[in-house]
Amino acid sequence: MSAPTTDHAHTVSVLRTRTTPATAVRDALVIGRRNLLRNVRLPQLLVFATVQPVMFLVLFAYVFGGAIEGTLPPAAAGEYLNWLVPGLMIQVAAFGAGQTALGLAEDLQNGVIDRFRSLPMARSAVLAGRTGADLVRNAFVIGLMVVVGSALGFRYQTTLLRFLAAFALALLFAHSLSWVMAAVGLRVRTPEAVQSAAFIPVFPLVFASSVFLPTATMPDWLRVFADNQPLTVVTNAMRGLMLGPGALPPGQDLVTEVARSLAWVAVITAIAATGAIRAYRRIAA
Amino acid sequence: MSDPIVHVRDVVHDFGRVRALDGVSLDVEPGVVYGLLGPNGAGKTTLIRVLATLLRPTSGSAHVAGVDVLADPTAARARIGLAGQFAAVDAYLTGRENVEMVGRLYGLRGSQARERAGEVLEAIGLADDADRRVSTYSGGMRRRLDLAASLVGRPQVMFLDEPTTGIDPRSRMEVWELVVDLVERGTTVLLTTQYLEEADRLADRIAVIDHGRIVTEGTADELKERVASAVLEVRTAPDDLERARTLLAGIVGEEPSTDPSGSALRMPARDGTGTLVAAVRALDGAGIAPEDVTLQRPSLDDVFLAVTGDVPTEVSA
Repeated sequence: MSAPTTDHAHTVSVLRTRTTPATAVRDALVIGRRNLLRNVRLPQLLVFATVQPVMFLVLFAYVFGGAIEGTLPPAAAGEYLNWLVPGLMIQVAAFGAGQTALGLAEDLQNGVIDRFRSLPMARSAVLAGRTGADLVRNAFVIGLMVVVGSALGFRYQTTLLRFLAAFALALLFAHSLSWVMAAVGLRVRTPEAVQSAAFIPVFPLVFASSVFLPTATMPDWLRVFADNQPLTVVTNAMRGLMLGPGALPPGQDLVTEVARSLAWVAVITAIAATGAIRAYRRIAA
Repeated sequence: MSDPIVHVRDVVHDFGRVRALDGVSLDVEPGVVYGLLGPNGAGKTTLIRVLATLLRPTSGSAHVAGVDVLADPTAARARIGLAGQFAAVDAYLTGRENVEMVGRLYGLRGSQARERAGEVLEAIGLADDADRRVSTYSGGMRRRLDLAASLVGRPQVMFLDEPTTGIDPRSRMEVWELVVDLVERGTTVLLTTQYLEEADRLADRIAVIDHGRIVTEGTADELKERVASAVLEVRTAPDDLERARTLLAGIVGEEPSTDPSGSALRMPARDGTGTLVAAVRALDGAGIAPEDVTLQRPSLDDVFLAVTGDVPTEVSA
């Protein structure tokens, strides 16, 4: 660099002293890009984010597939993979959401959030940049499920438009979970504690749902929970969109299930985002 | 005194039931290094966090560069730089990417941010390493990069919270040089430290803070004057130390303190050489042969002892 070093002070500042919606969007993009670079440049993160879901896909398809295929509704066209891929798209979203909490907790611990908060940037940008980057990461990992699933034999049974609608629904749900985990990360505050606070509750939610298997054979007490919790509602709606209404449990129709899914997404996002923003503000108390 | 660039009045901050700041008032003149000296938990970091808009105090007021920090934090942020106790840089980005990102968050557009990052990295001596990932940097380089990032916005006031805690002596010297350089360029620096040597060496003015209160304030020399014009240090054989202490207490009128090495006694010498001569005669008369007797300017340790009744606990680096 040949540029002469200029006075640090005295120079009339070209810096902003006010934030506007336009600067807020720019700041969120700057932070989001930074967060995405972390995923790209730390190979272990990328491996964890891709190998683990692919492993689930292959193991479930070949270990359980043969035993389950006979019990699936005709809409699955006799292929467990057709049934499994929509579920796994939700599973990877649920397991990946903890990354939002982990990232925020690490930034808190390393003083990065203090640095951001001492800059004349939009206050919203830290959370928007984090959940936005995680939305991109989710799109990649959920897309990877579809690609690997297709290579193994997954085919959607409806129209491309309905398949895309299901994909969008998965992303919206993943985004709502990111906000939940943002609230968790900002309250728990240390990466070590996040490991248990964010990852452990996800297991019962994923398994006590229709993600891997139909809920019909579960004991009544568990089935009542499983049938009504958001992972099942969203997974069922996605199957209805990708495989046709025949993939829904008896007595359900597609429009109602998609509407129920969107309602869950809206409620979770609203509550969790409010909680995350309040937790972020409280850092200043 | 010209208008203070940092103006703090009656700042109180409670963390639950713990009073971290108990009515702090201070003024910092533009263009100086101002040192906040105190032990762990004295309230130094809390005060920096209030001034850097990270923490709203329970009560009181604070102005930085003419801006009311509490009323208009965004405007204050455009005028300050903060380097905290950790190097808040991303290991997976290059040095240049880290600095550019901060530039953008100060509101600089792409090409301006790139240009400014280049200038700052040059000034901080990291130009040759700018395109390497920070994960390959040493601890001292990370601290310097952190400082570089906080310089991007051409801050009028820099807050450095324990800038040399936990880094090796060579890196500490580099950070000191940077601070001196900053002030020469017209930035006002407010730094906290637990190291008396650091405050003595860098700070034009020093506030000693303890239990959330500023217990004394002034230039290093003024603070030392307040203890006594001179300090007498007497080193004896270990067996003679306690006898010498009793003897010398009778001469200077107060119990001598033991220096950090544990083998010498320190006491105020209000009569200067007169005290020295009296002390040597008394020791000689009692058959104690001192290994070393010196008349010194008081150290900040002596000041700390005098104003807080305790020697600050230094955290090992």
